Amino acid sequence: MTPLQGCLLVSALLFAIGLAGAVTRRNAILALVGIELMLNSANLNFIAFWRYGPHPEALTGMMVVIFSVAIAAAEAAVGLALIIAIYRHYKTANLDEIRSLKG
Amino acid sequence: MTWIAQNLWLIPVLPLAASAVIAVNKQPQRKLAATLAIGSMVLAFLLSLGAFSAVLLHPNENGVFRELAGFNWLQFGGQWLRLDWVLDPLTAVMLVMVSFVSLLIFIFSVGYMAHDENFTRFFCFLSLFAGAMLGVVIANNLLLFFICWEIVGLTSYLLIGFWYHKPSAAAAAKKAFITTRIGDLGLLLGMVWLYAETGTLNFYTTDGTGCLEQTALATMATHLTTTGMAVSTAIGLLIFLGAVGKSGQLPLHVWLPDAMEGPTPVSALIHAATMVAAGVFLVARVFPLMAQSPSIGPHTTTVLQVVTWVGALTAVFAATIAVAQTDIKRILAYSTVSQLGYMMLGLGVGGVAVGMFHLITHAFFKALLFLGSGSVIHGCHEEQDVRKMGGLKKFMPVTFATYAIGMLALSGFPLFFSGFWSKDEILHAARGWPVSPVPFYLGAIGALFTAFYMTRQVALVFFGQRRTGVSPVSISNSVQAGHEKASPHHDPHSFSDESQQESLRQAGSLSYEPHESPAVMTVPLIILAVFAVLLGFIGTPAWPWFDSFLNGEPAGFDFSKLTESGTLGLMLSSAVIVFAGLGLGWWLYGKRLRKTADEPDVLQTAQPAVFRLLANKYFVDEIYEATVVRFNAWAAYFCDFLDRWIWGGVVVLVAKITLGLAWLYRFTDDFVVNLGFDTGCETLRDGGGGISKWHAGRVQTYLRVIGVALVVLIFFLIWGGKP
Repeated sequence: MTPLQGCLLVSALLFAIGLAGAVTRRNAILALVGIELMLNSANLNFIAFWRYGPHPEALTGMMVVIFSVAIAAAEAAVGLALIIAIYRHYKTANLDEIRSLKG
Repeated sequence: MTWIAQNLWLIPVLPLAASAVIAVNKQPQRKLAATLAIGSMVLAFLLSLGAFSAVLLHPNENGVFRELAGFNWLQFGGQWLRLDWVLDPLTAVMLVMVSFVSLLIFIFSVGYMAHDENFTRFFCFLSLFAGAMLGVVIANNLLLFFICWEIVGLTSYLLIGFWYHKPSAAAAAKKAFITTRIGDLGLLLGMVWLYAETGTLNFYTTDGTGCLEQTALATMATHLTTTGMAVSTAIGLLIFLGAVGKSGQLPLHVWLPDAMEGPTPVSALIHAATMVAAGVFLVARVFPLMAQSPSIGPHTTTVLQVVTWVGALTAVFAATIAVAQTDIKRILAYSTVSQLGYMMLGLGVGGVAVGMFHLITHAFFKALLFLGSGSVIHGCHEEQDVRKMGGLKKFMPVTFATYAIGMLALSGFPLFFSGFWSKDEILHAARGWPVSPVPFYLGAIGALFTAFYMTRQVALVFFGQRRTGVSPVSISNSVQAGHEKASPHHDPHSFSDESQQESLRQAGSLSYEPHESPAVMTVPLIILAVFAVLLGFIGTPAWPWFDSFLNGEPAGFDFSKLTESGTLGLMLSSAVIVFAGLGLGWWLYGKRLRKTADEPDVLQTAQPAVFRLLANKYFVDEIYEATVVRFNAWAAYFCDFLDRWIWGGVVVLVAKITLGLAWLYRFTDDFVVNLGFDTGCETLRDGGGGISKWHAGRVQTYLRVIGVALVVLIFFLIWGGKP
């Protein structure tokens, strides 16, 4: 097994865990955590393909991941803000009970 | 146009209004009812006198006095239907007679009906009757005549059935109504036909286009029906049928004797003096139509021949029946039928004046006789059987005296009584009838019987000894057939318990003396008696004032007319006939007075078969029962059968078919249309429900789908896309 395959395996595992969390968790925050996991598995793929790719000297993969992490941070902030607003409105963060976008 | 002719309508309207006011008042307001009725009659009588004097004072140069007035009633087609009234001598005479006799009878009724709880109703009907009768008299329009004629028939029905709780009275009322209806059908048909022929129902008009005026008559006389009879003859016969019904002439006379179930003033007013005279008046009114004939001379047209024969036969027929009756009012009823026959005979053979003269005199003395019998019945505590009376001369002197005058007038006692002169005029005219001498002999025989039965009645009622107090049981198995109830009990407050009533009556007849009636009843009797004598002198052959008055000629006193052309001989022979009748009656009934109520009649012992025939009125009722009534009943059953099984069956069949169709439709709806739609709807709903699950709003489900779809897509891209 090459190191690239090991990295991709970990990344795939991480993605699957994230997806499972996002799909199955009742709590909106935990679903958000699952989404973050999936995002990070994608970041791990970037890093792995850059490190074991044909041009490891160019810092392209690193650049993309840094951007991605920054966007993920902003996305998490927006997501949490939305969850807080929903919680204030519905008095719950349970995704099963939040079925419609209109009040 | 005189004022009175213009306002002639007031005469009938006054009693009608009185009747209407009485009708809306309460039962206990007796005084008001009597006052209104009598007051309106007094006014009507005064107006009638005014009308009479207007005719009387009119100069005679231009023929018969005749003034018309009226108003447009309703429009149909292009022309107006007018209601007109006419003032001519005929109207004037009838007006005075009707209103005067009615007035006296109204006053009498106050005494007679004093104890009746339906006093107000009685006066309401009486006023209605008087108003309608006066309307008949003044009508110048056959339609107005017919309307009033029918109201008169209605009040007759109401008053005969006044004591409607008695089954016999209710049956008599029904009989009277139905029988006269048969005649009225003829009158109605005649009226319609007359309208179709002439286009008008007015008797007279100012421009000579009335249906009794020369142009219309000439047209009708020349038109022929399909059987070759002149139209005027056919119409005349139809109209005469109405008169036959109303005046109780031969085939339709059966209702009049039964009508005596009503209170006695009603019998006097309606069934003796006025209403039954309406038929005679009708013939007199349309006399120009009946006398109109294209070929034969006047007085011998077919219609007048029919009138004559019917009248003559009725006169004898009813007079013979009266001989064997035992009910005081029934005797008078048959006498009335007989006298009405005389009037018809007079109209047929002698024209309007002859018949009308007898009508007027008869109205007075027959009203007198009926009121006298009412007084007798009242005095004898509602007893009507002449066999149980007797000896009343002593107890009721005024009634006896007036009754005797009425009886002599009816019998035609010579010279001093009105009946003699009027009947003599009829016989005189019948003597000169060119067609056949038989009516004259029939009339003479009738006169003999009239004198006979009246003597019998007076002898039984007033002479001899009192025969009351006999047991009523013995009466019921007497001569009379089972259907004639012995002595109908006329007390409106009669006791419900029959045996109690009998015992009280027995006790009453033993303990109470017959008593003279109060002045309110005897005074009208006296007034009528005076007129029963005096009226004869306005129509003697020497001074035929009545005749000239009706014909609009000046009356002259000519004593020599008494002796010319066999008048004197006829007077003598009719006097002989009357004396024979009176003597025979007195010999049979006055000399050997019956001692008890239940011994057989003298005639019955002599001629039981004949007496039985007469006592049962020639079995006419039974014949009608067996033929007409049975036929009607059979026809009714037949119609019932048709209705029930044929028409009813058709209806039921149609109903069943409709029902079956409805079931079919319902089945189709329920199980085809509805089921199809229901299934369609359910499928759609289920489909919608299934699809709607995809839109449940669960974001995680969406995500799950996206994930699965992604996986499927990847597998597809890796392996599925390769060919």
